[in-house]
Amino acid sequence: MELLFVVLIGVLYGTGIYLMLRRSMVKLLVGLLLLGNGANLLIFLLGDLVKGNPPVISPDSSVFTAVYADPIPQSLILTAIVISFGLQSFAIILLKKVYLATGSDNLDDLNTHDLDI
Amino acid sequence: MKIILLKTAANYLLPLLLLFSVFILLRGHYEPGGGFVGGLIASIAFILHSLANGLDSTKALLKYSPFYFIPFGLSIAILSGLAPLFVGEPFMTVLWFENPLPVIGLIGSALFFDIGVYLVVIGVTLTILFTISESV
Amino acid sequence: MTSNFIILPLLLHMATAIVLMFLWKRITAQRIISVISNIVILIVGILLFMQTWKTGIITMQAGNWPAPFGITFVADVFSSTMVLFTSISALAVSIYSTVGINRARMKYGYFPIFHFLFMGLNGAFLTGDVFNLYVWFEIVIISSFVLMTLGGKKPQMESAIKYVAMNMLASVIFLTAIAILYGLTGSLNMADLSIKIAQIENRGLVNITGLLFFIGFGIKSAVFPLYYWLPSSYHTPPSAIAAIFGGLLTKVGIYALFRFFTLIFIPNEFITTAFSLIAVATLITGALGSIIKRDMRRMFSYLIVCHIGFMIAGLGLFTEVALAGALFYLFHDIIVKTNLFLVSGIIYRIKGTMNMPKLGGLYAEYPKLSLIMAIVFFSLVGIPPLSGFWPKINLFQAGFFGGNYLLIVAMIIASFVTLYVIAKMWTEAFWKTAPPLDPDEKAYIDGFTVLRPFSKLLLVFPVVMLMMVSLYIGFGAENIMVISKHIAAQMMDTSPYIKAVLGNEALNIQ
Repeated sequence: MELLFVVLIGVLYGTGIYLMLRRSMVKLLVGLLLLGNGANLLIFLLGDLVKGNPPVISPDSSVFTAVYADPIPQSLILTAIVISFGLQSFAIILLKKVYLATGSDNLDDLNTHDLDI
Repeated sequence: MKIILLKTAANYLLPLLLLFSVFILLRGHYEPGGGFVGGLIASIAFILHSLANGLDSTKALLKYSPFYFIPFGLSIAILSGLAPLFVGEPFMTVLWFENPLPVIGLIGSALFFDIGVYLVVIGVTLTILFTISESV
Repeated sequence: MTSNFIILPLLLHMATAIVLMFLWKRITAQRIISVISNIVILIVGILLFMQTWKTGIITMQAGNWPAPFGITFVADVFSSTMVLFTSISALAVSIYSTVGINRARMKYGYFPIFHFLFMGLNGAFLTGDVFNLYVWFEIVIISSFVLMTLGGKKPQMESAIKYVAMNMLASVIFLTAIAILYGLTGSLNMADLSIKIAQIENRGLVNITGLLFFIGFGIKSAVFPLYYWLPSSYHTPPSAIAAIFGGLLTKVGIYALFRFFTLIFIPNEFITTAFSLIAVATLITGALGSIIKRDMRRMFSYLIVCHIGFMIAGLGLFTEVALAGALFYLFHDIIVKTNLFLVSGIIYRIKGTMNMPKLGGLYAEYPKLSLIMAIVFFSLVGIPPLSGFWPKINLFQAGFFGGNYLLIVAMIIASFVTLYVIAKMWTEAFWKTAPPLDPDEKAYIDGFTVLRPFSKLLLVFPVVMLMMVSLYIGFGAENIMVISKHIAAQMMDTSPYIKAVLGNEALNIQ
């Protein structure tokens, strides 16, 4: 299971960075999205994967007896997901506005204003 | 889009989904659920309604702009965080009512925080989606 | 010492933002409430500073969860000083914005977002938890995205894409670093991490995690190889917004760097050498960039990059003297950079352009205003009695003692180039007579003289206020230096911080 996660995270980071280096704005956004998902899975992986043991103490004992799933990575991921939800919806609208303003999806066309120093 | 099946179903699904979202909100303290998921389900209910009946009728249904859910929810959340200060506990400490309410169970100040989150999520999601679908 | 008082600077901003959201589109009420609340927050900031100065570090365990498990808010002298200077800038910018931001932008929620941004900044300064710091950073950048794009002009949109993409990338790198840090130690509390990181055998992994944090914060604070987004985006938003960005957003990255590399990752020789080299490159490239720019605000943007180098230099030298100098520079820079952009806003309003060859004759038209602006510019350069001069002494001293001559040369070059570009700008914009207009160009009507006297006051007062503060930093340098040295001493010996957060027992286990 860990190996699968490691490969998946590697693929997500790799494709994310590859897409970010493309010229298209949409690909830039998709790349950032994939990178964010990769980071979330990384938190999940590094918080140790435990199957079927929620961090809830059973009624008939007072301490944890078995290895339990760490709840902190899950709350971190949830927070990160909510944040990236907000960021992405903002970025999508921004891309659309930029596309309407410049009429182009190419990141190289964004430097019209930089020509005059 | 006028599909009679969807329209009929959406009218019945709206109250059902809203009820379900409140259920998810209330069970959130000990079991899977909570304000965020509840808020998403509630906003899905409104979005389904707007898909079936059009954006304007959903807006008429809501009466107020969904934007005002955001400050309202935020103020509930911040007040529930401030409540413990009056009994000398640190910010955000959960206070519990002594007697459980019928049906709902034991209530703490965390529930009010969750209600705040619920309203903020509805407000944010509906504002985002209404803005996007208006500008398309 | 525990007190709920320390989260007041952040709660008040949030409460203000909520009230302002209820008053959406009621501009007059929004302006008044915003200024009043900023005054209150400034008073709270002063009280908080006094309290931490007198009684030491104050902590607050959110939700009453004991330290390494819950989120801890910590106010030591460093954080409370940052909150204080941030509040001063916030007050100045909010007064300036009442006139300097146009009504359309205010209708789309300028003031609520402004307060959310400052809530995030104060939160970032006061938190003692790594992930919580990430959340505050996100609040800051989301608010700054909105401020950046508010108004929706084409150049603003173009620069916003660069700004948004780089900042989102920085956040992802920051998050990755947090993930690895959590995997290594199983903790997110800074004080707890400080103990646990020291015990880890695998130093290579620790250093890599540290460098990931450095890249994340480095993008945000615009250090050498990662700064290129800043000069191509900071010149587009209105001056009041650019003032917040220039004065504070890069500085919160610097704050985080200082916090992380003095508390959690104590730099070894390799990392300090790397910091020194990065500082040299930042100083030189920023300085060179500022020479070639003819647009005033683009030049200031490069000066931001250049002066970030001084602070990184303090981290690279890593002695108490150098850190004190870098901290002094940080405080001075917050005030002066905010003021620079406010000044550029007034010049833009008067002349309708920021292009220096087209400017001219400001001194003849507005002698008093020019004098105020001159003091701001000279503070930036660091002409001896003014504020930019004193921290450099410390940095030079530390450089000589450490034998880091390359860094000293770079700092001297950067100082001279700053002097050169400011002198050039002064002659171009203030002394020379305005060039004749092109025949096809319409004459610009002075937007400053037509304002009502009260509006003029609202524009000039913040500049004067910040100028007074930077004069105080210059003439009362002794007091600021005492504070900086105190903070630097706390950075070299972190045990009071750890004790305040985790209790006395924590250090004994070590």
